[in-house]
Amino acid sequence: MTTAIEIAPQPEVSGRALRAFLRNPAAMLASGFLVFVTAVAFAAPLIYPEDPLSMVARPFLWPGQNPQFPLGSDSLGRDVAAGLVWGSRISLIIGIAAMALGVSIGVVIGATAGYFGGRIDDGLVRLVEIFQTTPSFLMLIVLVAIAEPRVESITVGIALVTWPTIARLVRAEFRSLREKDFVTAARGLGYGHLRIIFIEILPNALPPIIVTSSVIVASAILMESALSFMGLGDPNRISWGSMIGANRETLRTTWYLTAVPGVAIVLTVLALNMIGDALNDALNPRLSAER
Amino acid sequence: MTAPLLDVSNLTIRFPTGTPVADLGFAVGEGETVAVVGESGSGKSLTALAIMRLLPRTARTTSGGIRFQGRDLLALPEPEMRRVRGRKIAMIFQEPMTSLNPVLTIGKQIAEVLRLHEGLSSEAARKRSIQLLDLVRVADPHLRVDDFPHRLSGGMRQRAMIAMAVACGPKLLIADEPTTALDVTIQAQVLDLLDRLRRELGMALVLITHDLGIVGQWADRVVVMYAGRGAEEADATRLLDDPLHPYTRGLLAASPRLDARLHYTAGPLREIPGSIASALGEPGCPFVPRCPMALPTCRTKPPPLEEIRPGRLIACPPTLALERADAAAVGR
Repeated sequence: MTTAIEIAPQPEVSGRALRAFLRNPAAMLASGFLVFVTAVAFAAPLIYPEDPLSMVARPFLWPGQNPQFPLGSDSLGRDVAAGLVWGSRISLIIGIAAMALGVSIGVVIGATAGYFGGRIDDGLVRLVEIFQTTPSFLMLIVLVAIAEPRVESITVGIALVTWPTIARLVRAEFRSLREKDFVTAARGLGYGHLRIIFIEILPNALPPIIVTSSVIVASAILMESALSFMGLGDPNRISWGSMIGANRETLRTTWYLTAVPGVAIVLTVLALNMIGDALNDALNPRLSAER
Repeated sequence: MTAPLLDVSNLTIRFPTGTPVADLGFAVGEGETVAVVGESGSGKSLTALAIMRLLPRTARTTSGGIRFQGRDLLALPEPEMRRVRGRKIAMIFQEPMTSLNPVLTIGKQIAEVLRLHEGLSSEAARKRSIQLLDLVRVADPHLRVDDFPHRLSGGMRQRAMIAMAVACGPKLLIADEPTTALDVTIQAQVLDLLDRLRRELGMALVLITHDLGIVGQWADRVVVMYAGRGAEEADATRLLDDPLHPYTRGLLAASPRLDARLHYTAGPLREIPGSIASALGEPGCPFVPRCPMALPTCRTKPPPLEEIRPGRLIACPPTLALERADAAAVGR
C-alpha cells in the first residue's frame, strides 16, 4: 500500500500543477514579462523596420534627450531602443533553440543510459563526465572560436555544453522508473524498447525535465550574452551582450549604454528562473501539498 | 493425446546466487485452468516470468524447454517473442496499484496495446477500449476510459489490467496472484470475471496463487510447488479430497474448512513445522527437513515427479511405494 501513496499524487500533475502555478503571483509576473519580451521580439521588424546596426543619430544621446530616440544612442549613433528590441530576438532564439537541442540530446542519451544500464550506461556516463569535467564556458569559447561565430554555431555550442545536465537528470529518473511494475507490465504486453522509453517512462520523468529546461533557457541567454560581450557573438546581428561589450569603454561617461541592455538581460533571466522555481513547486506534489 | 497448448519441461532457473526453480514440468491444455500453488519463495512467479521471458538479466534458464503451440519460446528471437507477448500470451500482475502507468489514462493504455498488436487507428482503438472495459464489467466505461489509474479502486484497476491483457484475444493468460492485493469480496468477482473470459474467449488460464481456497472453485488442475520443484500434480477436486504428497497433506490440514466445523476455540490448527528456508542447500528432496515420513534415501537425490495413476503425479518415493502397495493389495 505504501507504493500506492507514493505513486498516486503524480498523475494529478496536469490539473493541480497548473492551478498551483497560476496561484503563484511571482510566476504570473514572470510569465507576463516573458510574454511581453516575446511579443516585442516578434514585432521588432514592425517597430524598427531599419537595421539596428545603422547609424541614425548623433552619438551619445542621453535617454530622453531626443524623443525620437527614447533610450538614446551609442558612440556610433546607433539607436539603443532599436538595438534592445532586435537584441531580444537573438537572446530568445538562441536561448530556446539551444535548450531544445540540448534537452533533446540529453533526453536521448540519458534515457538510453538509464533504461538499458550495464555497459551502455557505463560508456555514456563516461561521455557525460568528459563533458562535465571540462569548464563549460571555456569549451563554449573554443567551440565558437573554431566554428564561425554565427547564431547557428553559438546555438549548437551552447547545446553541447548544456546537455550533460539533462542527461544525468534523465538517466537518474529512468533508472528508478524502469524498475516499476508498470514497466514490467508493459514488457509483458510485448512493447519494444522505444515504445517503453518514450510512451511509458518518459511522461513520468517530464516534471524535472521541464523545470530544468526553463533554467537552461536562462543560462543559455547568459552564455550568449557573455560570448557577445567578449566579441565572439555573431557580428552581423545585434544582441544584448554585444551592446554591453561594444560600449564598455565608455562605461564611466555614458553608463546607460551598458545599463539598459544589462537590465534587459537581468530581468529576462530572472523571469525564467522564477518560472523554473514556480514549476518546481507546482510539479512537485510533496512541496505543494505542504503549502 | 493432442499436444498441449503450453508444455513446460525440466525448467531450471539459475541466478548467480542460487537456483530458485529446478526441474519443473507441467502442461496446460487449450481452455484449461491450471493453478500453480505454493508458498512465498517457491518459485511460482519466476516460473511465470520465465514463460514470458521477462526474467531479470542475471537469471539463466538452463536445461528445459517451454513449448507454446509447438514452438519453443526459449529459442525464439526477441522480436518474435515480443509478438507473442500480449498477443498470444498475456500476463496480469499481483499489484494493480503499480502495474498501470500513473500518467496515462486507462483508455490510452488499453488503446496502446491494440495499436501495437492489431494496428488499429487511434479512434478505432478507443472504441474497442470502451468495449473491453464493458467486457470486464467496469461501470460507465465511456467515462472511465478517460480516467487516470489513481481515480480507480483496486478492483477496477485489476479489471483494467485484465482488459489490457485480453485486448488481443490471447490463447493463454497468466495471472500472477491476481487477487492477493484485493478485498475478499472483490477477489471472487475478479476470479469469476477471469473464468467467464476464459470460457468466452477460449483462453487457457494459469492461475498462480498461494490460496488453496481459490483452487477448488476455479481450477481444473493443480500443480503444487515446493522450493522450486513440482511436488504434486492432480485434478483440483482429487487433490483437495485426497492429497498424497506429505506437503500437500500438511497444507490442507493447516487450512480451516467449513465442513470440519473447526473453530479456533476447538483447538489449534495443525501446522507444518519449520519453514521453506530449510530447503536451502538440501541435496535431496527439499521437503525432507519438514517431512513426517522422510526416509534416509530421500536425502540423497531430488525425487522425480512420477505418475501414480493417469493425471496424477507426485514427487515422493515413499508415498509412491505405499500407494503402489495399496493398489496391489486391492488388485489381488
